Amino acid sequence: MSKIDAPPVRRSLVSAPSRSDSAFKAVTFTAGVTTVGIMLAVGLFLSIRAGAALKVSGFSFLIEQQWSPDTRVFGIAAILFGTISIAIIAMCVAVPLAIGTALLISEVAVGRLKSFLVSMVDLMAAVPSVVYGLWGLFFLQANVIPVSQWISTYFAWIPFFRVSDASGQSLTEASAFTSSAFIAGIVVGLMVVPTQTSVMREAFSQAPIGEREGALALGSTRWGMIRTVVIPFGRGGIIGGTMLGLGRALGETIAVYMIISPIFTINWQLLKTGTNSVSALIALRYGEASDFGLSALMAAGLVLFIITLIVNFTASTIVARSRSGAETG
Amino acid sequence: MSTTLDLASARNFGPDDRLDGLEESDFAASGTSIPSVEGVETGPRRNLRKATLDEKFNVIGAAVAAVALTTLLFGWFTPLTGVVGWVIVAFLLFLGLYVLLVALRSDRQEVKDRVMTALLVSAGVALFSALVFVVAYALIRGREALPHLNFFTQTMELAGPLDPLSLGGIVHAIVGSLIQIGIALVITIPLGITTAVFLNEIGGRFARFVRTIADAMTALPSIVAGLFVYAAIIQLITHQRSGFAAAMAITVMMLPIVIRASDVVLRLVPGNLREASYALGSTRWSTVWHVVLPTARSGLVTAVILGTARGIGETSPVLLTSGVTAVLNFNPFSGPMISLPLQVFDFVKSPEPNMVARGFGTAAVLLLLVLGLFTVARLIGGRGPGQLSDRQRRAAVAASAGDLQRMSARPLDERVEAPALPIAPQSPAPSSTAPTSSEETSQ
Repeated sequence: MSKIDAPPVRRSLVSAPSRSDSAFKAVTFTAGVTTVGIMLAVGLFLSIRAGAALKVSGFSFLIEQQWSPDTRVFGIAAILFGTISIAIIAMCVAVPLAIGTALLISEVAVGRLKSFLVSMVDLMAAVPSVVYGLWGLFFLQANVIPVSQWISTYFAWIPFFRVSDASGQSLTEASAFTSSAFIAGIVVGLMVVPTQTSVMREAFSQAPIGEREGALALGSTRWGMIRTVVIPFGRGGIIGGTMLGLGRALGETIAVYMIISPIFTINWQLLKTGTNSVSALIALRYGEASDFGLSALMAAGLVLFIITLIVNFTASTIVARSRSGAETG
Repeated sequence: MSTTLDLASARNFGPDDRLDGLEESDFAASGTSIPSVEGVETGPRRNLRKATLDEKFNVIGAAVAAVALTTLLFGWFTPLTGVVGWVIVAFLLFLGLYVLLVALRSDRQEVKDRVMTALLVSAGVALFSALVFVVAYALIRGREALPHLNFFTQTMELAGPLDPLSLGGIVHAIVGSLIQIGIALVITIPLGITTAVFLNEIGGRFARFVRTIADAMTALPSIVAGLFVYAAIIQLITHQRSGFAAAMAITVMMLPIVIRASDVVLRLVPGNLREASYALGSTRWSTVWHVVLPTARSGLVTAVILGTARGIGETSPVLLTSGVTAVLNFNPFSGPMISLPLQVFDFVKSPEPNMVARGFGTAAVLLLLVLGLFTVARLIGGRGPGQLSDRQRRAAVAASAGDLQRMSARPLDERVEAPALPIAPQSPAPSSTAPTSSEETSQ
């Protein structure tokens, strides 16, 4: 009140951070840089080493079926076909189960049962893949062959389900049905269901209560409410969860490696013995590979990485753009 | 409707009220009127979730009829065989009969609702029984090897494929797993959590870039991580497979998982806690150390444990980097060092039944380890930041009751006299002393 006439001195609003704060900022920044460094090192190293092989093979890398880097004839057409066919079979098994279970947990189950099922799903996502592989190899293989035989007998007019030898003769003995893409796909499908279920359940459970009650108040049954409110709201979650599972299915190694018998030709008959996958190829061939062979394996790994990267980023974009994703930020 | 409109209407209808006095009570009286409940009979509380007898009969009747019909079909009428076929035919028959039974009494919408609920429940039952069966299968087939105590104390150094289960064990794989996951955790925990703190507390354009890269790395197939370590570390630097190389491969796999999980947990810390801390004049570092991290502690522990459970079960990166051995090796920097999942894989490659039994035993040990880690994670975590367990809440209530007693036990003249508020000089007592007087009366 005393010196109103004197002009006020302009103070600087920028404060110097304390010493502990600068140290904190520097340390966390370093951690961030280290993380990015590790990740970029993996990506760059893969690209550089893969470059040597890709330079030799050129475009034929994508269309050649043989894999013999030492004679400079190699490509991933057959391997990629196997990988994708296993992943698609896995999705056919996994997606209906995941949607059904996610809806069951979020809409039908209540109270203690609900929280029990949620933690069961989380637990199943942590079960090591080698355990699934054991189950597929020692139990499922023997028990699923009659099913494969039945499908190939009655649906042989669909090319995928035909099982025949080179001359076109239909095969019926059990040994023609072991180690197939079908069996590997079922095991991988079961492996990715928990991941998909938890993403979808998360999306479904966020469907706004007002809209649910509105549907019920208009006389809708529970299924009517699910169909008109929950599923449209959780569509982003369904797609995102499916793609997340697809990414895992494409990269799965050990369960596939234990079950399949590797071949290097495109096998359209999914029930017949013999298929391949990029990760199983790497596990199979890394030990005996020459320097150039390793570079070729790196190129295959790089292609797999790029595919899973695209799948994952598409998934996260879809989830973020959907209504359920936008609300969780 | 805006607040001013509410106020205006309340004022308009207010004055005819019986109560005379302050305007505030006018609002309350005109806003709601509660009907008297005296004399109104209340019936017994009904359970809204219970299924009626009708519904139960529909489910049970359809199930029994389906089982009976399928058994007839498979045994007598048609040449169908096989367990899988039996289950599928029985399920389809059940659905058909169920539709028929429900349709006797209800309209189309309700039939649809019932059938879809039945389908959802069957999807859940199918999934959970399959998953439980996968786990139980490994545990049950593993029980052959597990009762032998030597399985946990010996290595496979002197045991061949044809030796009985009473010779040889997997202690080398257990030790290898623990050393590898230990090294991976020593790197992952500080780096992962510090990076997550960077993403949340510092922020900015570079933090968004780091988050994108970490997200991208969760897509890295595990075998490619193994291949990277094999080519970059083993071939170029160490020239031998070792436990350290395997730990590096596990680290590359675990780091993005831990970063993402911790990032989610830290994001859940309420912003007003941070703001309260900053408003009290604390620095960024002390806010993080004293407010953010303690609030998120249980979530962070859960994130790390779940990352560990994933890391310990990784087979494919270890397959390329650690090497296979039957000897106990404590040194992660030289010589091959096998881990549990790789040991499972190595055992079941053999055609000998004893080796397969050992493989299942090892898988059971690995599974029990993962289940144990998961249970610990659930016990610690499973709650959001700042949420207390019942025990913690009781402790907090007891502590504040103790504080109250301690403060009210102090003599009156030691208490700080609160300055009188300048708003109401005519009021009998400053409002801030009101609690004091009430405490005195309660004593």
